[in-house]
Amino acid sequence: MSAAANGAMLAVEDVTTAYGAIVALRGVSLTVGHGEIVTLIGANGAGKSTLMMTICGSPAPREGRVVLEGRDITGWPTHLIMRQGLAHAPEGRRIFPRMTVLENLRMGAEVLNGAHFDQDLEKVCALFPRLKERLGQRGGTLSGGEQQMLAIARALMSRPRLLLLDEPSLGLAPMVVRQIFAAIRDLNRETGLTVLLVEQNAYHALRLAHRGYVLVNGRITMTGTGAELLARPEVRAAYLEGGRA
Amino acid sequence: MDYALQQLVNGLTLGMIYGLIALGYTMVYGIIGMINFAHGDIFMVGAFTALIGFLLLGMGGVTFVPLALILVLVLAMAFTSLYGFTVERLAYRPLRGSFRLAPLISAIGMSIFLQNFVQVTQGARVKPLEPVVQGGVVLSRGGTVEVTLSYMQISIILTTLVVLTVFTLIIGRTPLGRAMRACEQDRRMASLLGIDTDRTISLTFVIGAALAAVAGMMYLLYYGVIDFFIGFVAGIKAFTAAVLGGIGSLPGAVLGALLIGMIETFWSAYFSVQYKDVAAFSILAIALIFLPSGILGRHEVEKV
Ligand SMILES: Nc1ncnc2c1ncn2[C@@H]1O[C@H](COP(=O)(O)OP(=O)(O)OP(=O)(O)O)[C@@H](O)[C@H]1O
Ligand SMILES: [Mg+2]
Repeated sequence: MSAAANGAMLAVEDVTTAYGAIVALRGVSLTVGHGEIVTLIGANGAGKSTLMMTICGSPAPREGRVVLEGRDITGWPTHLIMRQGLAHAPEGRRIFPRMTVLENLRMGAEVLNGAHFDQDLEKVCALFPRLKERLGQRGGTLSGGEQQMLAIARALMSRPRLLLLDEPSLGLAPMVVRQIFAAIRDLNRETGLTVLLVEQNAYHALRLAHRGYVLVNGRITMTGTGAELLARPEVRAAYLEGGRA
Repeated sequence: MDYALQQLVNGLTLGMIYGLIALGYTMVYGIIGMINFAHGDIFMVGAFTALIGFLLLGMGGVTFVPLALILVLVLAMAFTSLYGFTVERLAYRPLRGSFRLAPLISAIGMSIFLQNFVQVTQGARVKPLEPVVQGGVVLSRGGTVEVTLSYMQISIILTTLVVLTVFTLIIGRTPLGRAMRACEQDRRMASLLGIDTDRTISLTFVIGAALAAVAGMMYLLYYGVIDFFIGFVAGIKAFTAAVLGGIGSLPGAVLGALLIGMIETFWSAYFSVQYKDVAAFSILAIALIFLPSGILGRHEVEKV
């Protein structure tokens, strides 16, 4: 195990992931330090979501290792990985449509067996007041933005030390996007929450993040601090100019 | 009038027996969206286990009826749970993630296997049991016929209602129930939230099988005769009931079962015994034309 892997919150080492014959990740390595916000940017189909899911063990990597807080979790079943202080708000929100908002949040807290549920519920409701008004509403009937808030809130309910967020701004009004980004920053500053963030909205993401990685066709091609990447002409050309920034 | 009242009591009882079995179908369907065709045969295995249990207790000299009932019930539930667990492990889990019909075909295979297994080991002949629970309450004796509600009928009706209530609470209110529903709605997301989905599914099968044992014992006690084929016949009826009531819905399963039980009983009483199944299934066909998702089935009002 490398030195970086031992000290880091998360280390992905030379990971290759494939769906049958389709290779989605080719020897990807990245680290996320304790208390960092790290963002992963890349075009559609670059493998960002695949990398996030590979960290969660679903699919398991074909080669390479995933090390969480010094512990090699490669090949562990997903439900065990998710009990190690890791939470994922995956692409597409994946709210349970026939459960109420409250039940969705309870599902998020399942790994804690209901400990301090009320307290945490209050916290996420303070973060997203819209959810508070809708605790009894069925998840499937929430608006897209509300579902996104619920997805993030649900992930927070497990009191993660590392939070994976896959495109949290997708389909949201600019106002709400700013709110969510502000919430991520506050959580990071106040509670030391470590975040790995996938974003199409590269400008916002790079401004928010301490560091970033650029993923192209399943390979990491660039890495640096948020400011460094923002200044790189290749990044500007590919992900900012003419984009949503 | 009294004749009709007696038929009502009988129909209610029959419906409640179907209901107990239907609950097992609907629960498994509700969580993994699969029709467990072997469920009826697990019920049959439960009835046989109960029969063997009563015979053993009889030989052992246990004559106190409530004790005998409880011992036999526990034995039958333990046995069928083991069957349910094994069937899931061997025949369904390896096919998870395969094409949709694969587990269904496997379930039919399991059903045939269990029938033949019991036929070979227990023989094809009908097996009788001396009445265990006797007596009852006379509801009316004024008219031409006496209307009675036997203690056995009372137990069956109460058991089904209790089981329905308990399971509705488990599925609606407990972490296990939530995990089950999560598995049904988005299994991958459930595992991303730390749910051991394989274990949850296994548990559902075990619980469903234990329920089948309750039904099996009740059936044995009520009719006093069983054979290796009862699982197929009662299983189809219960499955029909679950579909009629809205598959996936627990109260729906019992409601559907009551309808089937009533139709069957009244049709036999007033028209013809031979055509009772035709009547029951015709009603199913007609009902599904007008209510495709069953009486209490989910009416999809999902947002896109
Ligand atoms: N289940 C799957 N089966 C087969 N191929 C898949 C599967 N999931 C993803 N892929 C392929 O893997 C590649 C990477 O997909 P991935 O979802 O990780 O991309 P992404 O970077 O998240 O894209 P986007 O920005 O559009 O969300 C794509 O070419 C995709 O078609
Ligand atoms: Mg993606």
